[in-house]
Amino acid sequence: MLIITCPWCGARPELEFRYGGEAHIARPADPSTLTDEEWADFLYNRTNPKGLHAERWRHVHGCGRFFNAVRDTVSDFFVVTYKAGETRPDIAGDQAK
Amino acid sequence: MTNRFRTPSGGRIDRSAPVSFRFDGKTYSGYKGDTLASALIANGVHLLGRSFKYHRPRGILSAGSDEPNALVAVARDAARVAPNLRATQVELYEGLSAESQNRWPSLAFDAGAINDLAAPFLPAGFYYKTFMWPAGAWKRFYEPKIRAMAGLGKAPTLPDPDRYTQNYAFCDVLVVGAGPAGLAAALAAAESGARVILCDEQAELGGSLLAEVGATIEGKPAQAWLADTLASLSKHENVTLLPRTTAFGYFPHNMIALAERVSEHLAAPDHDLPRERLWQVRATEVVIASGAHERPLVFPDNDRPGVMLADSGRTYVSRYGAKPGDRAVIFTACDSGYRTALELKAAGVTIAAIADLRPQLHGELPSRALAAGIDVRPGTVVTGTSGRLRVSSADLAKVSGGAVGRSETIACDTVLMSGGYTPSLHLFSQSRGKLVWDAASGSYLPGTSVERERSAGACRGVYGLNAVLEDGYAAGEAAAKAARDTASPQRGATPVNGASSRSFKAEAPDLGNDGFIGATPHNRNPAFAKAFVDWQNDVTSKDIKLATREGMRSIEHMKRYTTTGMATDQGKTSNMNALGIVSEALGTPVPQIGLTTFRPPFTPTTFGIFAGEARGDLFDPVRKTPIHDWAAEHGAAFEDVGLWKRAWYFPKAGEDLHAAVARECKAVRASVGMFDASTLGKIEIVGPDAAEFMNRMYTNAWAKLEPGRLRYGVMLREDGFVMDDGVVGRMAPDRFHVTTTTGGAPRVLAHMEDYLQTEWPDLDVWLTSTTEQWAVIAVQGPNARAVLEPLVEGIDLGKEAFPHMSVREGRICGVPTRLFSVSFTGELGFEVNVPAEYGRFIWEAIHASGERFGITPYGTETMHVLRAEKGYIIVGQETDGTATPDDVNLGWAVGKAKKDFVGKRSLARASMSAPDRKQLVGLLTTNPATVLEEGAQIVADPTAPVPVPMLGHVTSAYHSAVLGRSIALAVIKGGRARIGQKLSVPMPGSVIEVEVVEPMFYDPKGERLNA
Ligand SMILES: [Zn+2]
Repeated sequence: MLIITCPWCGARPELEFRYGGEAHIARPADPSTLTDEEWADFLYNRTNPKGLHAERWRHVHGCGRFFNAVRDTVSDFFVVTYKAGETRPDIAGDQAK
Repeated sequence: MTNRFRTPSGGRIDRSAPVSFRFDGKTYSGYKGDTLASALIANGVHLLGRSFKYHRPRGILSAGSDEPNALVAVARDAARVAPNLRATQVELYEGLSAESQNRWPSLAFDAGAINDLAAPFLPAGFYYKTFMWPAGAWKRFYEPKIRAMAGLGKAPTLPDPDRYTQNYAFCDVLVVGAGPAGLAAALAAAESGARVILCDEQAELGGSLLAEVGATIEGKPAQAWLADTLASLSKHENVTLLPRTTAFGYFPHNMIALAERVSEHLAAPDHDLPRERLWQVRATEVVIASGAHERPLVFPDNDRPGVMLADSGRTYVSRYGAKPGDRAVIFTACDSGYRTALELKAAGVTIAAIADLRPQLHGELPSRALAAGIDVRPGTVVTGTSGRLRVSSADLAKVSGGAVGRSETIACDTVLMSGGYTPSLHLFSQSRGKLVWDAASGSYLPGTSVERERSAGACRGVYGLNAVLEDGYAAGEAAAKAARDTASPQRGATPVNGASSRSFKAEAPDLGNDGFIGATPHNRNPAFAKAFVDWQNDVTSKDIKLATREGMRSIEHMKRYTTTGMATDQGKTSNMNALGIVSEALGTPVPQIGLTTFRPPFTPTTFGIFAGEARGDLFDPVRKTPIHDWAAEHGAAFEDVGLWKRAWYFPKAGEDLHAAVARECKAVRASVGMFDASTLGKIEIVGPDAAEFMNRMYTNAWAKLEPGRLRYGVMLREDGFVMDDGVVGRMAPDRFHVTTTTGGAPRVLAHMEDYLQTEWPDLDVWLTSTTEQWAVIAVQGPNARAVLEPLVEGIDLGKEAFPHMSVREGRICGVPTRLFSVSFTGELGFEVNVPAEYGRFIWEAIHASGERFGITPYGTETMHVLRAEKGYIIVGQETDGTATPDDVNLGWAVGKAKKDFVGKRSLARASMSAPDRKQLVGLLTTNPATVLEEGAQIVADPTAPVPVPMLGHVTSAYHSAVLGRSIALAVIKGGRARIGQKLSVPMPGSVIEVEVVEPMFYDPKGERLNA
């Protein structure tokens, strides 16, 4: 079982957390201005990378806070966790940056 | 003939403690300290089972957890039957009763052995070839036959009466394996002050030292050193010693799962003791000291009972005082076979010959064998064995340059073989460490680490007692230092060991590191010779060669096609030989063929240890409302709704569900009923931006809802489909009392938190779950007001002062309440919210006040019928995650003037308002007595050719006692336009005719709400 570092509470076992999908996909400020295609893209399309992936996690059985993490989908290693609202940190070799 | 094969002295068995046991109904005797295997060997019993596929007689191959053959069922009673135990690991206790498996009708005569003669028809990949045709035959014929014939043991049918517990533990250094490397590592770590856990799968700690009779360590005989070391370790308060404990799984961040067998080895286990204990250890550093497995040699007839691994044969003699036979032939590719020969000879076993695959002899042990007068034959192979249920002779032939000469038959009652050692990489591989091929030793070794672990001793290819001890000590020192220096939690450290700071001055015979992988050459007809690679799955060298001819290249394909290495022993004895055979057949070097992945568990693990205490009443938490006990005392039948126990109906004497629900429904419509609605989810939404937040989360408009008013709210997912619903009360401009469905409460709160925290953190709102803080009592029916009026203070219940869909705060029987005028029945109704601890008190007060009206407690079934009569939907019953508000007639609840809310943009997609969407309607069966089946499909023309187009399905169906007929709700394509049409519900054997109607069966104008 992984240990995940909540930016608010520190290191805790994986089973206190719930995965929340890809991070940094902001809800459009005015969805009514989007075409159906743009809206579908926001709703459904995700990058699904092999390698570093920025994703949302929630410390659901702890402080209850959502936060973001960069995880390597190949090794299942968490590279870094950071608070919601912060920008994706600079990581060497991060293709998405 | 009892213990005829027992040595006169020696070994670690307790000869003062004889033990009587039974095997296949026959009584034998052994000693405390024996395993079932060693005791049977001492009694001359080698035939222990039949093989999986060919039903060939099989004996004991090894002395440890790598045993592929000797699987037995051990039964304490009818419920306590453990199948598939390795006899080599079953500790003997007084009265132990074991049975062989996979034989019918008896072990000596097995009808399935016909498979052996039919072997040409059971080649590699026979699963894929034979059972493809005819379709359907798999389920009817092949599978049951294979299950009956295959040696998979039989699980008991009674519930397991034993207890299993689970432990979490933390340590600085976990050492897996208590052989010389593990002991030295634990010593080093313990002396540095680290918290150490040392575990080993065997009954005694010591590993190979337990069978070590010729070596000295620090000037002491090895076993004396072992005793002193264990005594010293057990004095350390920071050390936990766990014998009988298998590290079976290596999980991320150094979480290691250990299975401790607590009482399985006892004749009469204390009932207070669990059978097994699961340890979930989080270790800062791990030292893997899992040793190596001796490799069999792959030669024809190498599976006959009496053929075993050489070092296992030696272990039986030197550790257990049990001789594998009177006259042994040894077939070896390394010096280990000579050590076996010398120790067996010293114990009185005649060594008929040593066949050494290697052409040249050198080294200390072969010289000693020659000096002892043993017939040593270099450049010699075993080409076959004879004997019906036990080996009686072996055929030896000279081999040179690949050419095998004529065989000479040598009488013997045991053949002991050694192909060298395979490092045990299971845990390292499970930790996702990368393996590297070591050409010098012809084995895979641990390479780059992924977790904070290091291997020590034979499991990383270090051999020789002194080298192993020092490697272990150095690993223990380095692990303890790393645990001190590097903060947890981290992964991916690369272990660097220093030199051992302690010298063990161990003296032991040099075993070298020679070995052989693959199949040894022979002079037999390849069409008929069976040389086994995988004993447990009955895979021969011929099967593997055939698979390469049929195009298998990757070892992963090979494994699945031939099933080699896929049995419960995970190929501990077979993987490397299979690789060697593939390598030779393809002419490809071993490292290019790859290695299959090792997966947990290392050895089979009981389900009980995973379940732990979580079974029966403790399987899941049970949620009970404050009124639960009252309902139970009044005879309620309960149903499970999620984790909740909900009162389903309240039967009176002689009533079934149908009768009770009919009575309860009529009582609500005619007078008054009461219902425990405490399970409704409740969320308190508070803050200056509470109304704005509600506007964004629900379809409805909230800005104009005045404090003191209720509104039915609909919540969508962002994709526009109905997610939840519930009545919401505005308590104050900045405070909402939100209710959700019973099952949806956590999901709705998480959904709200997600938007509040991540999309709109600027909103000043607080969300608090209050589900368990409020007890909720629904009082419904024409007399509801009259029941409550005498109890309530500070609230005017008058029709004008307190209209339908209002909320007031006041007191009931002196208890603060939020009183809702709301109805889920279509009758005049109230929902009394009171602090949960007063729930039962207020329930009883209302019940007493209602007695004069014959107030009737009702359960969830009546609640369902009453709301269906009114066409009120239940989210999750009428909706399935693909329903828009309009689909279920809730279009009116969508605030179309609102600029945005979650799901609004999706509703604007053209397909979301297509006229042929499935829409909520009512159904009336032509025969009023027929109650439709929920989930039944609806069609226009049941005689249409198959596949008949489906129009929709029945979502709710009940008998309505008030209406005196059945009613149903359904979702049907373009349903609203079909009102008045007749449709059909085909059922097995009949077709039910229905009429599509408005989904409203009772009081369509809603007059009763405002009575
Ligand atoms: Zn937290």
